[in-house]
Amino acid sequence: MNEASRAQAASDEEQELLPQLVAHLREHRTRLRQEWATRIHDAHLLEAMSPQEMELETTSVYDNYVEVLETGSVEALQHYARDLSERIIPRGVETQEVVGIVLLLRDALARSLFKKYQQDFALLNRVLDAYEPAANRIANTVAVSFVDERERVIRQQQDAIRELSTPVLPVRERLLILPIVGVLDTERARQLTEQLLIGIRTHRAKVVVIDITGAPDVDEAVANHLVRTVDASRLMGASVIITGLSPEIAQTLVTIGVDLSKMNTIGDLQGGLEEAERLIGYTMRRQDGLVE
Amino acid sequence: MERFQHDLIQEIGQHRSSGVIIDVGALDVLDSFGSRTLGNIAEMSRLRGALTVIVGIQPDVAFAMVELGIHADSMHTALDLEEGLAYLGRHTSTPSAPASPPFRGAP
Repeated sequence: MNEASRAQAASDEEQELLPQLVAHLREHRTRLRQEWATRIHDAHLLEAMSPQEMELETTSVYDNYVEVLETGSVEALQHYARDLSERIIPRGVETQEVVGIVLLLRDALARSLFKKYQQDFALLNRVLDAYEPAANRIANTVAVSFVDERERVIRQQQDAIRELSTPVLPVRERLLILPIVGVLDTERARQLTEQLLIGIRTHRAKVVVIDITGAPDVDEAVANHLVRTVDASRLMGASVIITGLSPEIAQTLVTIGVDLSKMNTIGDLQGGLEEAERLIGYTMRRQDGLVE
Repeated sequence: MERFQHDLIQEIGQHRSSGVIIDVGALDVLDSFGSRTLGNIAEMSRLRGALTVIVGIQPDVAFAMVELGIHADSMHTALDLEEGLAYLGRHTSTPSAPASPPFRGAP
């Protein structure tokens, strides 16, 4: 028997063995699933789910699993795994839990195969040869689907945060406020400048107040970016006032030696607004007698 | 470019201009050479007694300029022609200067 025909024989045998396997797993479905569920419970996995949900999901995972063994096609499983991930990700299920339960199922089924074929060692070997690659492919598919789905969710959230986080707000005619909240990275800083410059054009702004009270940390890169933003705004004919530099940030900036001498900075947003109004020529006067 | 500079300086004298507005709104890019040229024109005009204001720098042009590291500290800038005129009105002593609220704007 040459190499090719031996491989052919092996794959023929696999073809015969897998249906046997599937029949066995179908026959003992209730018991095996129960065993699996118990092991999941013992390992403290998927505790975010109620027992009823657990039963429902484990049943569908089990059926999908057996179906992949039978058909060899992971497409349906992929679809199911993605759908499942979509449901469980918002509830804080971790990657390790998902991988953990699939591996537990893989082990539970392998153990039942051991039990069934332990009399005939050679046959057991062949059964496992047929079972293991398929099982590994399933574990792989589920894990990848889960991670893909999670990355998609993360990307979506990042986009949402980015859009929300750079509002350019007109407060008076020709006066804009740009509150910066959260961590500024290079990409966000670039987008912020772009939006500000477009805002200056559309609102014909003369003065812009950039409030960084909500920025937890200003490092050298961010500070330099602020300087560039100020320069670019000035090129478009608008002056910039920076407000809300915390004592810590002021200390850091001076220590690392960023040159902010050209920047017009004022302690808090209120002071910045007053200065901005003065620059534009507004005079504010409180009307007497309205508030006691 | 030289010709333009020459003509401009001539005209300043002929009209006894006290202000020059250069509108760069149609430019898609302003590189270091372009901004140096503008700076030179501004300096020559100043020597001839006229204040130069650059107007109409587009948002992406402004962004690209600072990314390129072009410092335009000495340039007087304004949003558009209207703003440029107002700026000149405040900073030069032409008799037609409008009475506008004091604005200590971009230098």
